[in-house]
Amino acid sequence: MRITCPICGTRDRREFYYMGDAVYAQRPGAGAAPEAWDDYLHLRDNPAGVTRDLWFHEMGCSAWVIVERDTVTHEILSTTLASDAKGQGA
Amino acid sequence: MVRLIANDPLDGLVPVQIGGVDLLAPEVGVITAIAPYDRSKTALSGALKGAHGLGFPAPNRTTGKGVTRCVWTGRCQAMLIGPTPDPALATHAALVDQSDAWAILRLQGAGALAVLGRLTPLDLRPDVFKTGHTARTELAHMMSSLTRVAAQTYDLMIMRSMVQTAVHDLTTAMRSMAALDG
Repeated sequence: MRITCPICGTRDRREFYYMGDAVYAQRPGAGAAPEAWDDYLHLRDNPAGVTRDLWFHEMGCSAWVIVERDTVTHEILSTTLASDAKGQGA
Repeated sequence: MVRLIANDPLDGLVPVQIGGVDLLAPEVGVITAIAPYDRSKTALSGALKGAHGLGFPAPNRTTGKGVTRCVWTGRCQAMLIGPTPDPALATHAALVDQSDAWAILRLQGAGALAVLGRLTPLDLRPDVFKTGHTARTELAHMMSSLTRVAAQTYDLMIMRSMVQTAVHDLTTAMRSMAALDG
């Protein structure tokens, strides 16, 4: 499996650390209701199809990357720097 | 008061020569991490050119040559290798002395590429990873910075604490490649 880091180019999966759903980049505000925090921390979809994950280029440039992939075909559809996607519903 | 004795991280570990491949310690000097402040990259590059004769490198690239080089080492960070940095650079970037934190190994010879092929997942084909190119990548499960400094010469930056392991893994790979050739 290879992932295209927006900074480094196509790299082996071993260079990356998987964190989880890209929703982790959308932290609720400090005063958010407990339900919002519950949703943020615990409630996840488990789609057969397109999903968005956060990966960390740990052995590489140290960038956080949002990887859009298909859980059925294992195809990687796009990769974006998490810093670029800020405020765009990461 | 305890008197600390400065030790060379590669003392007693190199040089190693196996099967026409050399693992040695290049002349390094001072290593400084340079992290440009927001919107300061252009000004920093100008200051670097004025003080040390090289610009701030683009991602996966190096500037300078010989014993004065600037090697890209990650998001918004490069290492100046060789000279003591001009204090004026601190206007544009955070400067941190890394001389005692990293060790630099040099692998050279016709078989160097094949040895690295056993230790890193990086695409090292000569027309892809050209002279002057650099990458942060994995070397035998360790974080490293790998630079092609000449056609058959590669510099490997490893955190000092792991350099003994790196030399062990490199010499093991050198030995097995030499055994295949023999």
